[in-house]
Amino acid sequence: MTVSLDNSKAVYQGIKDAGINFITALPETWLVYLLQLAEEDPEMRLVEVAKEEEAIGIAAGAHFAGTPHILLMQNHGFLAAINGIVSLAMLYRIPLCMLIAHRGHMGEPYPWHTQGGIVTEPVLRALNIPFDYARDSKLVGKQIKQAYTYSLSALSPVALLLSRDLMED
Amino acid sequence: MKRAKCIEAIYPELQDKLVVTIMGACAQELYDLGHCENFFYLQHAMGLASSIGLGLALSEPQEKVVVMDGDGSVLMNLGTLTTLARYKPANLTHIIFDNGSLLSTGGFASHTTSGITDLAAIARGAGIENVAAVSTPMDFIGAVADAFERDQLSVIVAKVEAVGPDHFGMDLKLPENAFRFERYIKERRQMREKLS
Repeated sequence: MTVSLDNSKAVYQGIKDAGINFITALPETWLVYLLQLAEEDPEMRLVEVAKEEEAIGIAAGAHFAGTPHILLMQNHGFLAAINGIVSLAMLYRIPLCMLIAHRGHMGEPYPWHTQGGIVTEPVLRALNIPFDYARDSKLVGKQIKQAYTYSLSALSPVALLLSRDLMED
Repeated sequence: MKRAKCIEAIYPELQDKLVVTIMGACAQELYDLGHCENFFYLQHAMGLASSIGLGLALSEPQEKVVVMDGDGSVLMNLGTLTTLARYKPANLTHIIFDNGSLLSTGGFASHTTSGITDLAAIARGAGIENVAAVSTPMDFIGAVADAFERDQLSVIVAKVEAVGPDHFGMDLKLPENAFRFERYIKERRQMREKLS
């Protein structure tokens, strides 16, 4: 099991094609290549946070300034950011486009990821956050663009769950 | 030193800056001086005012950004000081009003009461170079003037009394504040582009 470099490139190209030039993230294994690509890209601003809830504030600041922005995080980071999502983004109608590594689901060998994996989709549903699964490298670019577009029109958080089928070889 | 007096003293200097405040007393005291389109009041999500300021400052390097924070909020997001230190936006001034109290939620003591926790030391330890700790109005005004003049990230920890306004309320819906703030920034940017 290794992280897929080719599919990470496809995800990154999708981010670029959506016109994004600012990423806020917290590193995680499935996001390694994505973050390296962002670091090496002179046209991309990458801010790495200490905890994911900060990223919601940074996203709001970027939005106020009219900067196309996306968040990259693990699903446990999403769980850690919920108050910011609810009491900043939802309360003030600030769009958030979140690409979330969906660890701890089918095929997961590591016990520590499993509870987060089990609750991610129910929590998204409970929060009424529109979401989709990204499983295919050929479709993920389009899905990122659609998620970003929808976050702006709905003025809502929108999540794209990056699945094991996409992120691992 | 009272926070309301501090905010009043620097109010004229805020007119040409993007201002983000925390919830409760701090927001109300600024609002009561007269709302401006360049003010955003974060009425919940404690701890994220400085993160909003960071996102704004990095995205709008031509604007000066001021965050008015509090000890209770900063304690909920201490990691923000390390993120600020790492990315050190030159156009950001982070004012932390430290009243040692969770004033807006019953006045319970915060960890900074009696000087147990030193936020200025934490900011320095996080790696922020320009940190001022002040407890008199003159020192506060001086530290803010220095910060606005200096083209570097600055943090000011201002020890203030645990007192707030006797009323709360704004004639401003929360999303309305966000929409107008965004529009104000957009119009400033369009004006700059027109002039250049």
